[in-house]
Amino acid sequence: MMAEPMGFFTDTTVCIGCKACEVACKNWNQLPSREGGGGELSGFSYDNTVRLSGTTWRHVQFIEQFDEPYDAAGRWLLMSDVCKHCVQAGCLEVCPTGAIIRTEFDTVVIQSDVCNGCRDCIAACPFGVIDMNPVSGTAQKCTLCYDRMSVGLEPACSKACPTDSIQFGTISELRARADQRVAALHEQGRTEAYLYGADPNGHLGGLNAFFLLVDEPEVYGLPREPKLPSRNVASGSLLSTIGAAIMGLVGIVMLRHRRADEVAAEEGRGVAPPPPPASPPPPVH
Amino acid sequence: MEQLPSTYFTTSPEWGWYITFYFFIGGIAGGSLFLGTLMQLFGRPEDRPIIGLSYIVAFVGAVISGILLILDLGRPERFWHMMLESETMQPMFKYWSPMSVGVWGLLLFGAFATLLAFGALYDSGRVRWGILRPLSHGPLGTILAILGATFGFFLAGYTGVLLAATNRPAWSDSPWLGVLFLFSAASTAAATLMLLGRRRGAPGTLAYLSNVDKAALVLELIALVVFLVTIGETIAIFFNLWGLLLVLGTVVAGILLPLAMGFGKVWRPRNRLVAVASLVLIGGFILRFTTIFASEQVESPSHVVEMP
Repeated sequence: MMAEPMGFFTDTTVCIGCKACEVACKNWNQLPSREGGGGELSGFSYDNTVRLSGTTWRHVQFIEQFDEPYDAAGRWLLMSDVCKHCVQAGCLEVCPTGAIIRTEFDTVVIQSDVCNGCRDCIAACPFGVIDMNPVSGTAQKCTLCYDRMSVGLEPACSKACPTDSIQFGTISELRARADQRVAALHEQGRTEAYLYGADPNGHLGGLNAFFLLVDEPEVYGLPREPKLPSRNVASGSLLSTIGAAIMGLVGIVMLRHRRADEVAAEEGRGVAPPPPPASPPPPVH
Repeated sequence: MEQLPSTYFTTSPEWGWYITFYFFIGGIAGGSLFLGTLMQLFGRPEDRPIIGLSYIVAFVGAVISGILLILDLGRPERFWHMMLESETMQPMFKYWSPMSVGVWGLLLFGAFATLLAFGALYDSGRVRWGILRPLSHGPLGTILAILGATFGFFLAGYTGVLLAATNRPAWSDSPWLGVLFLFSAASTAAATLMLLGRRRGAPGTLAYLSNVDKAALVLELIALVVFLVTIGETIAIFFNLWGLLLVLGTVVAGILLPLAMGFGKVWRPRNRLVAVASLVLIGGFILRFTTIFASEQVESPSHVVEMP
């Protein structure tokens, strides 16, 4: 039975960069540590995670927009990034084992016991969300806490979020709430606020995890025009087929003209051509 | 922030050496089989040694390809999940996923290459089981060769379509990679057959292969230029050592130099044949190597930690 589509609305304007979502996600999903838990400092703002990966399914980005030291006019952008659970999902499209499925909640899940680690989904994801988990040897990403949702609980990250920057719910409810929030921000004069991925007629049929942003998508490491990998399959196949036909024709024509070329070449060098066969050359069989 | 192409905001699948060699060897296998088929259907009796060689190259290439692909997996013991659904044991096939189609394409290619290779062994007198005779003679031999060549063309080209069916820079910014790899498969296959068959091949056969190779190299060069033009601004990923290697290794050493040297009078001193065929093979390998790695070294800008 298909439940109502569920997802996340991440309002980046109220994120405080506490990383509770990151920790809650790691904890609930029993994701392995990096570097044996010893940690590795990136030297980049307050961000030592740096990116989403097979072992980090929530990642808080710290974007410091300051031009000079002690710049009071600058600002922080904080955003908890996650799998977008695309309505039209590139990873799901290419997966050759059927490990990636669309669930009854309209979310996208990689079944780790089916995945064999071919990594096609990693290249296919328009957002760079998926990566290998070196412990399982499979590709992994956010499941939108499928196990918790199945028993009526909300995902670990949104449960842990202290400012409701991450909100969980039905897509229709989240969209209504997000529209209200954008309108409120616009009223306050923050007209740069907009929703990324909330439009069902937009890219990829909309994202079931969408965001409220206040700067260009690229600033948050998000592509402006996320596309499906299948866009090249028909054209690429057609061109290859035409190429194969050309190559085949060239090969056949050259076989037909071979004898004439040989004779000309030998005569040009003053060498007697090989004696012509008494009868037309027999087929090979 | 400057507006970067959307394909930059993705993660590399880290398809490394196994896949590079697979693309190269799979291309040679596919190309060999279709060259062998052309000679079987339209050639002369003197072509038979090279026809047999082409089927054996296709067979060996298919086996190596399968091994390389399995080794590349994160969980090699689950390779069969691409053929059977692991829960239901139903066939696993998605016609819209080039990798899924490729698995079946390689499997069927391997099956035809195996049968044709057995036929070639019988034909050459090295195996004397009469049951193998129909594999290289008569209607069955013809049907096997035609079907095998069809899958050979597929194997030669689908790897480029597979790269195009992602969201990585350059790969997915043009639909031309498949046809580029296909022409390269033809040129490297002809070079392989010339190299391995230079002693047993008849002069006419070798001359034919060198002519096919020249044509394939010209087509390959055209396809490469079109590919580089159609990827638009993501051509920037080649403005570095990878691009230099592509130009020097593939275009200059692997295409222009062999065309200029002209393969010589191939049935006389064969040193030049060896040199030219080797150059074509090196160029074909560098083509796969650079197109794979130049794109894979692109990191999503949000993954790159900038030190203040």
